[in-house]
Amino acid sequence: MRFKDVFSIIGPGMIGPSSSHTAGAVRIGRAARHLFGGMPLQAELTLYGSFAETYEGHGTDLALAAGLLDYATDDERIRNALSLAKALGMELTFNAARDPTVHPNSVLLTLRSENREDSFMGASIGGGNAEMTKINGFDVKFSVHNPTLLVFHADRLGMLAAFTSLIEAEWLNISYMDVNRKSRAGDALTVIQTDERLSGKLPDRIRAIEGVRRVASMNLS
Amino acid sequence: MRFSTLRQLAERCREEQVTIGQFMLNEQAFETGESKTTIVTQMTDYYTVMKEAVRRGLEHPQPSRSGLTGGDAARVRQYMDRPDGTLLGNDASRALTYALSVSEVNASMGKIVATPTAGSCGIIPGVFVSAQQRYCWADDRLVMGLFCAGAIGYVIANNSFISGAEGGCQAEIGSAVAMAAGAMTELLGGTPEQAVHAVGLALKNSLGLICDPVGGLVEIPCIVRNGFGAVTALAAADMALAGVRSVIPTDEVIEVMHETGRAMPDIYRETAKGGLAGTPTGRKLAKELFSHENGHQNADVPPEGGQR
Repeated sequence: MRFKDVFSIIGPGMIGPSSSHTAGAVRIGRAARHLFGGMPLQAELTLYGSFAETYEGHGTDLALAAGLLDYATDDERIRNALSLAKALGMELTFNAARDPTVHPNSVLLTLRSENREDSFMGASIGGGNAEMTKINGFDVKFSVHNPTLLVFHADRLGMLAAFTSLIEAEWLNISYMDVNRKSRAGDALTVIQTDERLSGKLPDRIRAIEGVRRVASMNLS
Repeated sequence: MRFSTLRQLAERCREEQVTIGQFMLNEQAFETGESKTTIVTQMTDYYTVMKEAVRRGLEHPQPSRSGLTGGDAARVRQYMDRPDGTLLGNDASRALTYALSVSEVNASMGKIVATPTAGSCGIIPGVFVSAQQRYCWADDRLVMGLFCAGAIGYVIANNSFISGAEGGCQAEIGSAVAMAAGAMTELLGGTPEQAVHAVGLALKNSLGLICDPVGGLVEIPCIVRNGFGAVTALAAADMALAGVRSVIPTDEVIEVMHETGRAMPDIYRETAKGGLAGTPTGRKLAKELFSHENGHQNADVPPEGGQR
C-alpha cells in the first residue's frame, strides 16, 4: 500500500499551493537533511518531470529549501525559505533534467558538507506523501513518514541477524526491511523501518557491529 | 488496514455495525497503536484549520502569489445577497463559496489541509462547513465525517492515484468530490452502501478530467473546479440518499480512473504543456509571469539566486 493511513489522505496541514510540489517537496528535503545528518553547506537540486516543468509556480524551490532547513509542511517560514537558507550559509542550486524512467515528481538532492557528499532521490507521490527512491546509487523505495534506519555495510553473512537482534532488544517492531547491494560481497545498504520511534542509542549500537560503515536515521512523524 | 476495496469497507461496516467513519478511526488506532483520543484530536485540529481557511478567504481576500486570481469567493458571497437569490439556492451557493475561499487561501500560500491534495483542498471544507451551518452540527460529527472521507480516499489512492502528475485532475478534484459525496451521504444517515454508491456516482462525472493548470500554478482552472466540485458532491450525495445506485460498482469505476490516468499523455498531467495551459492565452500569461528579465515571480529569490 502506497498510502498507509487516514492522515496520508486527510492531511498534512500545510502551506499551499500544492501538496505534491510544496508539502511533498518539504518532506523530501527534510528527510534528506535528517539522513544526511545535519544541514548541508551546499545542496544541488535536480528536478524531473512535473517538478521540473512547474516548480517556480508551486514554490517547489522554497519547499525543498524549507525541508533542508528542517521545517514542517505547515511552517509559515516556507515562504521565505530561500533567503533564510542563504542567511544560514546554505548554498542552493536548482537544475532541471529529463528522465522518463523516474517518477514524474522527482528530485535528486546532492548534499555536501566539508567532509561528506550524499545523493538522495525522492518522489512526491500525491497528497504530500513522499518516498525515497535512490540513495548514493542504491535503488531503494521507502516512505519518508516512518522511523527509518539506513545501514551502510559490507555484504557478509550474519549482518541482518546482528541488526535485527539489536532492534528486538529495544522492543521495536520492524515494519519494513530491504537489502540493496551493488554486488555480492560488495557494498550493501539495508533500509529498516519500525513502527515505534527509534531511540538515540540504537544507531550507535549498530554502528559498533564489525562491517558496518555508517548508520543514518530519521524520525519525522 | 483490513480493507483495500470499497466493497470490503462497506461489508466490514455492516458486519461490525459501525459507520465508515467509526471503522476508519478504529483501524487507524489499531494500525498506529495511538489512542483514539490522540487521533481524534489530530483530526479536530485539521477541521479547525479548514474552518479558519474558509473564514480567512472570505474576510481577507488576497490575490494569489502570481496575481492571476483572487477575490472570486467574495464576489460570489456578495452576489448571494441579491434579492432574487442564486440559481443554486443558498445552501449549495454557500458550499461553492467556501470551496472557492479555501482554494484561494491555498493559492496565496496560506495554511490549508490537503484533502486529499492541496489542489483539491476546497471541496471537503466547502461541503462540510456549509452543511455544519445548515444543520447546526457540532464539530465532532464533522470530524467523524473526515474519517469517512479518509477511508474512501485511502481506497482510491491505493487502487488508483490522487496526484495530478500521475493521473490528471480526475485524481485530485475527482477524488475529493467522491470523498465529500460519500462522507456527506453518511453524515445524513445514509448506509455504508449508499455512501459507496455516492462515491461511484461522483467519480463517473470526472473520469478523464485532465490536469492543465496555466503556468503550472494551482489557480486556473483549479480554483473554480473546487467550487464546481463542492456542488457536484452535494448532487451525488442527494442522488445516493434518494436511492440512485452506481450500476458499475464503485471499485470498478476506480479502476477506470486508474486506466484513464495511465493512458493520459504527459501534457495533461500537471506539466503545464497542454490543455488550458497550452492555449495562446495560457502561454501568454505564463510567459508574463516567468519572464526572468522582468524579475522573478518568486519574491523570495534573490536576483543572483543560483542557476535556474
